[in-house]
Amino acid sequence: MTTTSITNSSRAASILSNGWVLIKKIPPIYPIFFVIFITVGILNPNYQTMNGIFNVFLRRASPLAILAIGQMIVLASGGFDLSVGSMITFVVVGSSMLLSNDPQKAYSTIAIMMVAGVVVGLINGLTVSVFRVPSLIVTLGMLLLVKGVVMYWSGGAPKGYFTDNYRWFGRGTIDNVPIFGKFPIALIILLVISVLAWFIFHRTNFGKQILAIGDNVRASQLSGVRVRLVRTTAFVISSVLAVVSGVLIGGYGGISTNVGNGLEFQAVSAAVIGGTLLLGGKGSVPNAIFGAFTLEALFNLLNLLGLPKPYKDAVQGIIIIGAVAYAAFSTRKKR
Amino acid sequence: MTISAVPTSGVKQWLRSIRIPPVFYFLVIIFVGGAALDLIFADGQMVRNQTILTNIFVRSVALGIVAIGQTFVILGASIDLSVALVISITSVMTSYIMQGDPANVPLAILVVLAIGATTGLVNGLIITKLKVNAFIATLGTTLILRGILNATFTNFEGSVPRSFEYFGYEKIGPIPVSIIVLVAVTLVGWFILSRTKFGYQLYGTGGNVDVARLSGLRTDRVIIIAHIICSLTAVITGLFLVSRLRAGAPWVGTDGVYDLESVATTVIGGTALAGGKGGVWGTLGGVLIFGVIDTLFNQLGINPYMKNILRGAIIVLAVASYTIRSKRESA
Amino acid sequence: MNDKNLDVSEATTAEAQPLLEVRNITKRFPGVLALDKVSVKFYPGEVHAVVGENGAGKSTLMKIVSGAYVPDSGDIFLQGEKVHFAHPIQAYKKGVSIIYQEFNLLPERTVAQNIFLGREPARVGVIDIPQLNKMTQDLLRDMGVEKLIEPTEQVSSLSVAAQQIVEIAKAISYDSKVLIMDEPTASLTSVEVKLLDDLVMRLKAKGMAIIFISHRLVEVFEIAEKITVLKDGQFVNTVNKADVTPTDIVTMMVGRELDQFFPPLGLPEDLGEVVLRVENASNDFLKDINLELRKGEVLGVAGLQGSGRTELAQALFGVEPFKSGEIQIHGNSRPVKSPFYAISQGMGFVTEDRKSEGIFPQQPIRDNILMAIRALQSVFGLVRKDGVPKSKNLVSTLSKKVDVRTDSYDREVQFLSGGNQQKVVLAKWLASDASIFIFDEPTRGIDVEAKASIHEIIRQLTKQGVAVMMISSELPEIIGMSDRVLVMWDGKITGELPSRSSEEELMLMATGHVNNHISTNAVAGKE
Repeated sequence: MTTTSITNSSRAASILSNGWVLIKKIPPIYPIFFVIFITVGILNPNYQTMNGIFNVFLRRASPLAILAIGQMIVLASGGFDLSVGSMITFVVVGSSMLLSNDPQKAYSTIAIMMVAGVVVGLINGLTVSVFRVPSLIVTLGMLLLVKGVVMYWSGGAPKGYFTDNYRWFGRGTIDNVPIFGKFPIALIILLVISVLAWFIFHRTNFGKQILAIGDNVRASQLSGVRVRLVRTTAFVISSVLAVVSGVLIGGYGGISTNVGNGLEFQAVSAAVIGGTLLLGGKGSVPNAIFGAFTLEALFNLLNLLGLPKPYKDAVQGIIIIGAVAYAAFSTRKKR
Repeated sequence: MTISAVPTSGVKQWLRSIRIPPVFYFLVIIFVGGAALDLIFADGQMVRNQTILTNIFVRSVALGIVAIGQTFVILGASIDLSVALVISITSVMTSYIMQGDPANVPLAILVVLAIGATTGLVNGLIITKLKVNAFIATLGTTLILRGILNATFTNFEGSVPRSFEYFGYEKIGPIPVSIIVLVAVTLVGWFILSRTKFGYQLYGTGGNVDVARLSGLRTDRVIIIAHIICSLTAVITGLFLVSRLRAGAPWVGTDGVYDLESVATTVIGGTALAGGKGGVWGTLGGVLIFGVIDTLFNQLGINPYMKNILRGAIIVLAVASYTIRSKRESA
Repeated sequence: MNDKNLDVSEATTAEAQPLLEVRNITKRFPGVLALDKVSVKFYPGEVHAVVGENGAGKSTLMKIVSGAYVPDSGDIFLQGEKVHFAHPIQAYKKGVSIIYQEFNLLPERTVAQNIFLGREPARVGVIDIPQLNKMTQDLLRDMGVEKLIEPTEQVSSLSVAAQQIVEIAKAISYDSKVLIMDEPTASLTSVEVKLLDDLVMRLKAKGMAIIFISHRLVEVFEIAEKITVLKDGQFVNTVNKADVTPTDIVTMMVGRELDQFFPPLGLPEDLGEVVLRVENASNDFLKDINLELRKGEVLGVAGLQGSGRTELAQALFGVEPFKSGEIQIHGNSRPVKSPFYAISQGMGFVTEDRKSEGIFPQQPIRDNILMAIRALQSVFGLVRKDGVPKSKNLVSTLSKKVDVRTDSYDREVQFLSGGNQQKVVLAKWLASDASIFIFDEPTRGIDVEAKASIHEIIRQLTKQGVAVMMISSELPEIIGMSDRVLVMWDGKITGELPSRSSEEELMLMATGHVNNHISTNAVAGKE
């Protein structure tokens, strides 16, 4: 009898220790997200329903998540893309003006916007790769430039309206889905992009080369990596994803020249909270997505706690500093 | 470590010792080019009209003062993106406290200087003690400051007394006071960097922080002081701007893109983003280039929105003209 | 056992009291006992070498003596007095200075500014620049190098040897009694080493104790009087140089006899057709390069620092391409404009500086090894975990082949030792099936055993038909490994020598004796 109880307890102990090893490997962002989200759910019963979780929260968080994926890829390569906020403003304002309430133009408008995204991404990528200008400066300059184009084009006062078929991407849902109820199109788009992004980043040579460039660009060159090609592609991906994000935002937001303000910093914050290293060399698609979810949940939480809107910026600042400080601290502990 | 051993000849060494930053050659070219465009497309007043010429310098004062501070920070291999908000806060707090009453002027100046110093201190501490990347740290403080600012003020606040407008508008003899201040700040900056222990420590810390530490330098303190200096220059710029605007507003700093432009002019002036190399005279040259371009845009009557587009493009191209020569890949 | 091993107390030394003594020093790091009760005595006016394999504890011991590390137990005595250093600056102030393999200089500052960083003469915070320059000038004169270096010169414009001298000046400016040098000649060529040796003799004559760590036994035997051997963190012995041979030392270091230092050369039948041919090629630095490389041979490339050897490698590999002339790789005459193209034609380049150019520190060993293969596949091609379809276990097979010592291939490369990192780089090129290898200083900073291991691998490669070009500053390595040697000077190939030529012949050609033009100024990089 004593032997069986000893064997039982040692078996239990080994299961526990194996389990603990597995638990330690989970990136911290996931438990953090769940804790925050559950808190939100407790404070706001709306978020306890399927509808609340999927149709409200996740739909709202999708644009940021998509943006965070693109930003993560650029960050992992050792750069920054600060032009995405202006791109979103461009897409929202520009689309409304191109559409001018004609549903027939919806798809061509979106196509034009995609092309614009590719062009901006190419300019960003090539200026960094060929002219060797630090991406911080290039994309900050692009932020100014694109914003300037938006203002010039709209004369500072955007006109025009979104058509319903354009809004469908951001606002639409598939109804009567079993279990979920209303399933937002935006979330479907996020899922599709997530799978694609995960595949490209984690399962193709592209991702490995991005990490290599972020880790040691000189060694990458000397190992045959086509640095210009890979890096430029990263910037193009980031800009195009910003366009997608912009279309989603246009779906349910208003039209203003401030719509994209600060979104680039939110994207960086989301990626960093999700564990992407700022100097490059490490990154993960699912972590970046959950970083974005966490940020959104945090904003929701602050709203629920009654914090006035402007303080959202302040809190974001504290969060981003905290996340990076924590990452720096744990990296040093490892050594 | 592979440093090429190709030695420099006698003539090259002499040229190097004189050290005119290349930016001044660009300045001359741009000025001449700009004057030509002005002659052809506008009334050619840019070179002939003394007021307009002086205006180039006055436009440069705001950017110039804060860019000097940014140069300090970048020399230390750091960066300060919060200067725009410090400028905004300064302008708003100044006119709010002064409320048009000259008696409040000293108090207002003290308060904003304290705010600036505190911001610089906080930036420096986050970077050195929490070991957060300077870009993120100052980005974070920008967001925090913006949040607090927007929560408290939404429009023009208070006003500045006439006596204070002295800073922005008056002249001593033919020279505007503001230009004197700019030159003074530059001279002080130059002196600190090239003749004092702190300046040497800053170059050492920015050049290679490990080497600096090994030599016993307290690199954390050096960085913190550099950030405080930078924020203080941002305060001076804010004071200048509010004395010209006669009242402060929360968008003054960000509208003027002082964060990006102070970094750009520093880099164009020959200071390396990686730190340890460069100086304030080059930055001044970069600032003057932007001043000329701004005046040129005015002369040519360019749409203000178009100006922003061109500004963004010029900033990138100007920095590119420097970095394209570097052999190393950038990030 | 060799009964020529003398205990240090019987060694003939004039001074009874050691200038510096360490007693029972022990230091532990997570998972390894770096030093185990090590005791050594260092006397003034003596040059004392500390040798041992990588991991033997030499660097750790020196770091403790110079204040960079604190020992777990044991004592340090300076001139009989017990001292305790918590920071290198405390050691400096007591007269113990150290210079490292990687220079601790600020390239953009002047010689004077570097030497007196943090100690500049000043009044109320304002620096007295004339005084600073004068202090520097006096120091340089004391060292006998005032003709080679000006206080106001920018360090980045100096040659490597001159920079080393500035480092030494900085170290002894603290009024040092003990000067420690970690691999001082690693980046220097033979002529520059002689300059350094003269300087060391001068300092020794002043009564300083000079301690240096080196893997180059030839030099150790040239300038050291005493040699201390460490092995696996333990003190083995301190001997007088006069009483031992290099083989004795190696035996003490490794614990077994290493008879042959270099594998045998290639036989005529091993040589195959020409796989790389360069005709009249030039770029900004190189002029009129003509060379041929055959299958199965090791072509050595020798020359002084700055002669263009690395530039030649970079041109062949497409990093700084030739601007005129022709390259033929395996008969293909397309110009080489990028590393991507060079690799696709079967070239591999093991660079001089693995830390900044060869490894991806945060990536696992596995990804490091597969990097070149993946770079050449299509950008969006599937990642193949282990190099499939080539072989299921490519990573482990190659790692074993080059003898990478690790417990897991998922370990990040930054946590490996220098020798292991170099082997990972080698494995990367083996993975890409390179048929033409360029090595630039393949065994710099690597201990004797790993060195021999890498030399073996290079010979095995040639036996399998690979063509090898090997750049090296270590004359014994060039002479021992090469089937032929090209000598470079000033961007040109000045001549070719047959295998096993003498050091003198090599050095003559390397110093441009073709043009009859040598001076110490040339060595210090002023011409």
